[in-house]
Amino acid sequence: MAKIQLNGKKVVIKNNCSLFELLKKYKLSNKKVAIEHNGAIIPKGSLKKKYLKNDDKVEIVHFIGGG
Amino acid sequence: MDKVKKDIFKVAGKKLQSRLIVGTGKYKNFSETAKAVNASGADMVTVAVRRVNVLDKKKPLLTDYLNPKKIIYLPNTAGCFNSEEALRTLRLAREIGGWKLVKLEVLGDRKTLFPNMIETIKSTEVLVKEGFKVMVYCTDDPLLAKQLEDIGASAIMPLASPIGSGLGLQNKINISLIIKQSKVPVIVDAGIGTASDATIAMELGCDGVLINSAIANAKKPILMAKAFKDAVISGRNSYLAGRMSKNYFAVPSSPTKGII
Repeated sequence: MAKIQLNGKKVVIKNNCSLFELLKKYKLSNKKVAIEHNGAIIPKGSLKKKYLKNDDKVEIVHFIGGG
Repeated sequence: MDKVKKDIFKVAGKKLQSRLIVGTGKYKNFSETAKAVNASGADMVTVAVRRVNVLDKKKPLLTDYLNPKKIIYLPNTAGCFNSEEALRTLRLAREIGGWKLVKLEVLGDRKTLFPNMIETIKSTEVLVKEGFKVMVYCTDDPLLAKQLEDIGASAIMPLASPIGSGLGLQNKINISLIIKQSKVPVIVDAGIGTASDATIAMELGCDGVLINSAIANAKKPILMAKAFKDAVISGRNSYLAGRMSKNYFAVPSSPTKGII
């Protein structure tokens, strides 16, 4: 188990979870979001290679209505 | 009808059918947003970048209502108060799906939402170097507008009055000066209150207008979207037609010769 901060909320994930698997867990399409891992933007092609560990910070963003 | 040269509106190499760009914020729901966008005839909409609500999987998505393949999404940096936040937001926007055409706004004051022009210029320089096409929200200062153009802004977007204020075009002289000097499109952004304000901006020679609150906060947003569509077309045609000269005294409309 690992504790990470996802979009400002503490969540528990399994060990050796990749960012790709994290998206799957929350049923998010990588075509519609962008991901920041500990302050660095992770290109879509690298999501499978990035593994999460304790205290990591992940931000997942998408487009919403705005002026 | 006179034969006129085809009036094409291009921003950063993208041809737009409509000179009206609309924001997608403040609507009751996405269904109303989509209806208003359709009624406005706009082919470009601004969108914001925000955290996904990971706990609510059934939450509707903007992209389900407005297809980014059919309508141009213009990611903005609304809510950013310094260069660092704005750059982070637009780099993330680019990562979502390759968006290079973006709208930069770096705010300087929470009460007026006036842009911080020092941070805005700094951010524009970085973004242009990174290959972004940047449409820039700015004050109506002609010197700063010129500076933005010189460092590579794709469009100059001066405010008509504070964001969401609905006060309309407050400084026609400055906006006119910016229009006269600019070689990139000038799009009035922020402060437009009602359809006639958009017509006035277009008659001055603006290349386009960006509207959000004036449509979304109208009692009937979809009807107001249609009103803005017509107002922008009217204003543009009026500008192209060239207004009559002003006279201090009356000039009769009927011939004076042959009066009985």
